Amino acid sequence: MLRRFLLRRALLGVLVLWLVTLGTFLLFFVAPSDPARTLAGRQATPEQVELIRHNLGLDRPILVQYLDYLNRLIHGDLGQSYFSGESIGKLLSQDFPPTASLVIGGAILWVVIGVGAGVISATRARSLLDRVVTFLALAAVSMPTFVVGLLLLYFLFFQLSMAGAPLLPPDSYVPLTDSPGEWARHLILPWITLAMVQAASYVRLTRGSMLDILGEDYIRTARAKGVPEGRVIYRHGLRAALTPVVTQLGVDVGTLIGGVVVTESVFGLGGIGQAVVQAFVSGDLPVIMGVVVLATTAVVVANLLVDITYGLLDPRIRLT
Amino acid sequence: MLLEVENVVKHFPITTGLLVKQTIGQVSAVDGVSFDLSPGETLGLVGETGCGKSTLARCVAGLHPITSGRVRFDGDDITNLPRARMRAYRRDIQVIFQDPYGSLNPRRRVGSIIADPLVVHRVSRGTELRRTVQELMERVGLNPEHYNRFPAEFSGGQRQRIGVARALALRPRLIICDEPVSALDVSIQAQILNLLKDLQDEFGLTYLFIAHDLSVVRHISDRIAVMYLGKIVELAGADELHEHPRHPYTNALLSATAVADPDEAERRRRIILTGDVPSPIDPPSGCRFHPRCPKARERCSSEEPPPALRDHLVACHFPVEAGEDLTTSGSGGRPA
Repeated sequence: MLRRFLLRRALLGVLVLWLVTLGTFLLFFVAPSDPARTLAGRQATPEQVELIRHNLGLDRPILVQYLDYLNRLIHGDLGQSYFSGESIGKLLSQDFPPTASLVIGGAILWVVIGVGAGVISATRARSLLDRVVTFLALAAVSMPTFVVGLLLLYFLFFQLSMAGAPLLPPDSYVPLTDSPGEWARHLILPWITLAMVQAASYVRLTRGSMLDILGEDYIRTARAKGVPEGRVIYRHGLRAALTPVVTQLGVDVGTLIGGVVVTESVFGLGGIGQAVVQAFVSGDLPVIMGVVVLATTAVVVANLLVDITYGLLDPRIRLT
Repeated sequence: MLLEVENVVKHFPITTGLLVKQTIGQVSAVDGVSFDLSPGETLGLVGETGCGKSTLARCVAGLHPITSGRVRFDGDDITNLPRARMRAYRRDIQVIFQDPYGSLNPRRRVGSIIADPLVVHRVSRGTELRRTVQELMERVGLNPEHYNRFPAEFSGGQRQRIGVARALALRPRLIICDEPVSALDVSIQAQILNLLKDLQDEFGLTYLFIAHDLSVVRHISDRIAVMYLGKIVELAGADELHEHPRHPYTNALLSATAVADPDEAERRRRIILTGDVPSPIDPPSGCRFHPRCPKARERCSSEEPPPALRDHLVACHFPVEAGEDLTTSGSGGRPA
């Protein structure tokens, strides 16, 4: 059963991937950008530009270029950057770890904060605490990411360091394999930044969904038969209320893997987001395509995990 | 007495205000209700939608805190016990709910729904638990092999049997049936009522049976209490109440029940009450029924009649006498 499900979803995933690469490829050529001209520089003669265009293979028909790209993609070759000549595979393997660390760590943090605060809010609906949580969530969601990031940097890095307690480093990324402790220390501020903005919407989502579920008749039944309140809230209530939260989480994590541009830039982590912005500006098609393939795969995998989680949360759902 | 309910009042405050709550009024859902129940007895509680029957049931079951009054179970005061202490009494007081669709958690298998009370009260576990649950399923007329199915795979009647099995699991002494059959087809209603009666004989259960259908209540009850706008207006033995209803409201309710015999139906005259049930936010002065009562006089609007208590008691200044025809006095009329 599960094997058939996974196989079917894998095939669907490949289909999605193909459609997205096709779409991106076509869009690139519609957009008015000419990497050959950019690369050649201001004083280049038309012949030089033409030569560069020929070398990059950009003078061939779009279809031929696309099929060529697809063919190499199937063999695991993502091509080289037009500008640095670096292999895209290598580029992504450099930029992916910071982004993935940021997103996954941040996601854990925002789910814990968001769902936790949401449950507290829902079980004390319309109390003062609920209103305070709601207000804070609204404030956090309204604050631009770079403001949150810069404020955190100012207070938790700059002021702390000035006070002679440099507990947190300013920026840059240390690979997990080099030193797990340093890796986490360098990521704390980015995690908080990302989590603060994201958690806010999870508080609202959890609160709303939890209030719906707690109003169900079967919750009253559970109380009447003497189920302890904690078990009513978590086993009967939260379990059912998590479905929309998990859906949202899948979308968010999948999308953010494609680049957390602002947070990455504020903290100078490097990462996919920064790479893709640069590639867009200069028209570096192979880099853009590489990131698109990576991001699409992330979204497909995240959605697959979401569907498997549905099955765990709701035993009526059978994976077929 | 197994259950003593004394002057129970339940008000729901109506609040407003963004940060600081202000109470601007209250809904008097239950307003000074008293009755008691002896072991093995069934007390029927009838009344229109919104008269406070279900609220009263939930107050007795400890699912709502009450505003004032006292609830005693087997001599112990269980009024507004904190949740943790109330749990001890949940073994003895169980509830069967009205809606067999909403009241069962759709994500859980029938086996675990019925087993839940046994598990949370640490009565049994493992293979013994499974056996107990399957015996219960068999006892209420469900196929024990359906242990692993979800509620959605059962019909309404079967679902209510699941509810009955669940309520029965802990061998409670009192079961509060909150409209257990009103969501079911008439043919299924009889099955469930008979099941409840059989179970009562077998296990010596005491029922507080709530319904809005007088014929259903008569079938199962020893005594019947009639509620109107948060108060009990009449309380009497089931047959006595049907044969000699004394409160004008009871008369009106009885005249509205369906009769199977068309000749009898032809002979019968319905008492048509005018107007709607007044709002429990601002109930009428004096006797709450007076604006709609065919017998109402001046005294009824100023002075509240004494509450109905044990035996045949009626909360009315001018009870209906035997043979009196209410359709001719006041605003009654022939059936349409």
